[in-house]
Amino acid sequence: MDLKLVGSGEEEVSNVVVNEVDFNPEFISRMIPKVGRSEGLPAEVIPDYENDEEFLKKVHHVLLEVQVEEGSLVCPETGRKFPIKNGIPNMLLNEDEV
Amino acid sequence: MASGRRPEHQAPPEVFYNEDEARKYTSNSRMIEIQVQLSQRSVELLNLPEDKPCFLLDIGFDCLILDSTDVAIEREVEGDLFHHDAGQGLYFKPGTFDGCVSISALQWLCNADKKGHNPVKRLYKFFSSLYSCLSRGSRAVFQFYPENPQQVELITMQAMKAGFTGGLVVDYPNSTRAKKIFLCLFAGVVMDKLPKGLGTEETNNEQNTVQYSGQRQRTKVKRGKSIKNTKNWIKEKKERRRRQGK
Repeated sequence: MDLKLVGSGEEEVSNVVVNEVDFNPEFISRMIPKVGRSEGLPAEVIPDYENDEEFLKKVHHVLLEVQVEEGSLVCPETGRKFPIKNGIPNMLLNEDEV
Repeated sequence: MASGRRPEHQAPPEVFYNEDEARKYTSNSRMIEIQVQLSQRSVELLNLPEDKPCFLLDIGFDCLILDSTDVAIEREVEGDLFHHDAGQGLYFKPGTFDGCVSISALQWLCNADKKGHNPVKRLYKFFSSLYSCLSRGSRAVFQFYPENPQQVELITMQAMKAGFTGGLVVDYPNSTRAKKIFLCLFAGVVMDKLPKGLGTEETNNEQNTVQYSGQRQRTKVKRGKSIKNTKNWIKEKKERRRRQGK
């Protein structure tokens, strides 16, 4: 089940930071099949993405450089919220949820 | 760490690794050195393919991340952090990681710090969920400090139950201080053999290691006197007495 990212309030995701990370096209190509698809993204990855540097750079930016500082991850099925603080999602479950 | 007692016995991790304790790991150069050495050795044991970049999972004591976020950031942690309790299972997409390392964390899972904790179940949940989020053929290396052989048994049994193969690699088994225990697990592929621990007889024949541990040696012989009542001994004794003028 893929968790959905939402902002800390009703508004959009707050406090997004962009850190520069070294670009490694091979690593990104390997990560693409592992990443889930969500709404707003095309269902199929473009063909021959390994050699499309512009595409890989965009994916690199989204995957590694953009960091959500505050917000939460929400389970679409149960509605359970996992808060993100200082860029670190807290996935701890309570005693009764284990 | 300063006291001789095991930290697991003193308090649950989120209490024990408070800001002060966590700071020791970033400011004390000796502790940093040990952590770095352990990490390097663990990564070496992972035996990652050299030709492609890998995505690794590092499991540490969670408290270091929760209570002392600033500490983790000071050491410039690369990659994404995640606050979670390993005993509740890992929830990542199957096959996400190319390997997993963990330094000095596994023994914490053997403790029941909360009323609802059952170490056996927590270990099993951890290992089975880890198995699914590792890619096939990858390895997981855990450096840990088992309290007793039963604990090792408990941990390895749950790991095998979850589908892993592999076993323990012990570095410098003859030394009390340098001895380090690594649990090497293979996901999906049966490897023919485990890597060798450092400082064992196969890797180096240092003088300080025991050469004939199966055989009883007469060590006294070397210290001057011969074995009593032998010909040599009688001769030596006569000589000694003569020197003493008797």
